[in-house]
Amino acid sequence: MNKPLRRVAVFCGLLILALLARVNYVQFVQADELSEHEDNRRVAIERYAQPRGNILTSDGKPITGSTETEGTDFKYKRTYKNGPVWAPVTGYASQAFGATQLEALNDGILTGDDDRLFFNRTVDMLTGKPQKGGNVVTTLNSKAQKAAFEGLGDKKGAVAAIDPESGAVLALASTPSYDPSSFAGNGDKDSEAWSGLQKEKNEDQPMLNRALRQTYPPGSTFKVVTAAAALESGDYGLDDKTDSPTPYRLPDSSTDLGNDGDNPACKNASIRVAMQWSCNTVFAKMSDELGNDKMREMSEKFGYGNGELDIPVRAAESDYPKDNRPQNAMAGIGQASNRATPLEMAMVASAVANDGSLMKPYMVDKLVAPNLNVVEQTKPKQLGEPVSSDNAQKLQEAMETVVEKGTGTTAQIPGVTVGGKTGTAQHGENNNQNPYAWFISYAKGEDGSSPVAVAVVIESSDTSRDEIAGSKLAAPVAKDVMKAILDTKQ
Amino acid sequence: MSSNLNINTGSNTTVSPGGLPSRRNTELAMLVFAVLIPVFAYANVGLAKDGSLPAGMLGYGLGLGLLATVCHVVVRRWAPYADPLMLPISTLLNGLGLVLIWRLDQEPNITTPALGGAMAPGQLIWSTLGVALFIGVLLFLKDHRVLQRYTYISMVVALILLILPMFFPARFGARIWITIPGVGSLQPGEFAKIIIAVFFAGYLMVKRDALALASRRFMGLYLPRGRDLGPILAIWALSLMILVFETDLGTSLLFFGLFVIMLYVATERTSWVVFGLALSGAGAVAVASFAGHVQSRVDGWLDPLARENGGVTETAQAMFSFGSGGILGSGLGQGYSRLIGGIAPKSDYILATVGEELGLTGVMAILVLYALLIERGMRTSLAARDPFGKLLAVGLAGAFALQVFVVAGGVTGLIPLTGMTMPFLAQGGSSVIANWALVAILLRISDTARRPAPAPAPNSDAEMTQVVR
Repeated sequence: MNKPLRRVAVFCGLLILALLARVNYVQFVQADELSEHEDNRRVAIERYAQPRGNILTSDGKPITGSTETEGTDFKYKRTYKNGPVWAPVTGYASQAFGATQLEALNDGILTGDDDRLFFNRTVDMLTGKPQKGGNVVTTLNSKAQKAAFEGLGDKKGAVAAIDPESGAVLALASTPSYDPSSFAGNGDKDSEAWSGLQKEKNEDQPMLNRALRQTYPPGSTFKVVTAAAALESGDYGLDDKTDSPTPYRLPDSSTDLGNDGDNPACKNASIRVAMQWSCNTVFAKMSDELGNDKMREMSEKFGYGNGELDIPVRAAESDYPKDNRPQNAMAGIGQASNRATPLEMAMVASAVANDGSLMKPYMVDKLVAPNLNVVEQTKPKQLGEPVSSDNAQKLQEAMETVVEKGTGTTAQIPGVTVGGKTGTAQHGENNNQNPYAWFISYAKGEDGSSPVAVAVVIESSDTSRDEIAGSKLAAPVAKDVMKAILDTKQ
Repeated sequence: MSSNLNINTGSNTTVSPGGLPSRRNTELAMLVFAVLIPVFAYANVGLAKDGSLPAGMLGYGLGLGLLATVCHVVVRRWAPYADPLMLPISTLLNGLGLVLIWRLDQEPNITTPALGGAMAPGQLIWSTLGVALFIGVLLFLKDHRVLQRYTYISMVVALILLILPMFFPARFGARIWITIPGVGSLQPGEFAKIIIAVFFAGYLMVKRDALALASRRFMGLYLPRGRDLGPILAIWALSLMILVFETDLGTSLLFFGLFVIMLYVATERTSWVVFGLALSGAGAVAVASFAGHVQSRVDGWLDPLARENGGVTETAQAMFSFGSGGILGSGLGQGYSRLIGGIAPKSDYILATVGEELGLTGVMAILVLYALLIERGMRTSLAARDPFGKLLAVGLAGAFALQVFVVAGGVTGLIPLTGMTMPFLAQGGSSVIANWALVAILLRISDTARRPAPAPAPNSDAEMTQVVR
């Protein structure tokens, strides 16, 4: 009987060996994957085990906080100051629903778990102090952000403002917004607040970050890009008359394209005049003459087609599609399948304002350790030079004409040079829905440099259709944001 | 075959008197560690949770020490040649189990009155009862061969124990409990495990020659005769019935595996193993394909982290516990295995707490302890001089090994999860009592096996025969 007995003994040994191999696999090979899994509550428990670091505005004011809670796994809870105003910047950090945007991307710094804070952690551990999180200092200007949010009011829309010289994001607002404090915990109230904000329950999608993540047809604001492509091609001058009939019959088609109010000034108008009165005919024909490839090339130089634009929150990709002639002509005036985020259009304005140099937008200025040492400082980075300095200045002249005596007079700021472009993008089948009101602009300081470029889009409104125009709805918001920045600079 | 030795002369003159050292002092020394380690673990939990030594520490230490001392004295007096490792290992595992349950009792979320409140005190009482049964077995079972007389009674009792839970309501998705109002609930499967091993050992000892020799050769395998197939088919049918009616995958696997192991040892025929594996494979696939309970377990095994109705499953929580423990663990009292929820972390998933708080190191240590206990059982079987003792020892040790594998393998996701308890470690009265009895029987067999033979009657004719050990 001993031979089979020995075999059984070996078999039992193999069973234990299999168990040993398995636990080694689970607890060593798979350990990291399991301990950082999104469903693993320990991640959240640790995240809230100490007060979370704060997100600050550029002037050092915290827009977040932490409060101690009772009776849950989580010791602390995230709070937000003026949550709805800042939600498109901060994102949220919720005990029950995870984290997004800056809260998620800088989680390591905010919790103090980042490898770069290793030294701090070790010192804290040795001195017996609890672990502390670092701070995230953003580039956002609190006055501009407030102006943007209040300007949008109860309308659906978004504002993006950039410092053209560095690319620093100065304001990033989206309405309707939400208060991330309302679901920062993990109680029943938080779940209720959360589910009320979801797309299924709330058609307005308050949690959609319209400034970064939503694309719209840019409408006439895109004419700046078309004008840039025309000037860069060398075939057009700023004040040279073009050969543009009104109405303009789209190529390969029987559709006639007209202008707002059949403005007689649009016939054969120069770029400056066509910008001033936002002549569809001139720019549609120009887009057709330049051709789809050149138009795409220029839009990509301004930042279109970049699916990996991280500021550090990733922005949606703006798209100027490959298309046939009539569609390309329409895309040249920001219609057809042309889609852009508000941030993208702010980048267009900023590149023009910065004499043709496009800077990469960013909204985190620096990451700061608990002991106030700077862990990481963002350096401005050039994305490209879509237009030459000469042509950029010509575009500035044209955009300044728009505000001075064209469609954008509502954006005028006394004593300040402002350049802008209005837009009213059609929307829906046969233009049956409320159009999008656009305005992009920049303001110049006393020294001729421009500290701010803005894009405003207002999605829908109860105001009747013909009243909706970039000039009436969007331009005043842009003006307030620019003023807020100019006031801070002085 | 060593069993032949018993019959060739009619007395034990083949073995020289004097024999083996009793090793009782070794056992005592190791028992000291087996008591000190859980006491240290107890202190560790208290320091981690409250920053002070737990109030019950002295009582707990003394209690465990007292139980161990009584066991040791009984073994020293009534089974002096018993294996020196089994008692310390059982004490250590039981002690650690108590600490782990007490540690989980410190989590208010899973110690609500609805969930039965604190469970460590109850488990301590069950452990004491288990030790009492251990002592009882050693006192009253002077020779394990006595059990041979009860072969068929064992069969009847085992069948009753196995079938009984069918008439009681299912708890936690399995029908393996008998609920006695006022007393609590019992898991008869745990006791049936021992009793059925007694039956198999007695039955196979008688029938093994018939089973082994009367067979036809077919494709290199010795196929059993049809009428010899009867019992194996009956056991197979029984284990499938347990699976279907009691939805208890673990117990059915345990019994069938136990039977195949003992049949193989008794007959030395590989064909039985092949036959057994084929039958169990066919049965498992057939049942798994239509029993929803088994199917969901298989799904949970294939994708342990999948969400169920939007929630995180127990299986996933257990995996997170293991993963978060890593190599060294978070330290006793500092893990979150309570997230598994309910009483599961104290019973079925207790190994997850070990994994999270003591880390890979702790789990490996626990598994090695089980391995040692199992291999000591196998050694006992090898050393036993009578076929009944051999079969019983391999049966008990094999059942223990299968149970450890099925539970630990299920919890760590190696095999589909089954509802069984980790011997000695997990919360559960039946389990701890039955396992103490199991260890007592193994100790009795090893004592008989290692005991020096009584001094032979002077026999001037007989020369000293070569000793076989």
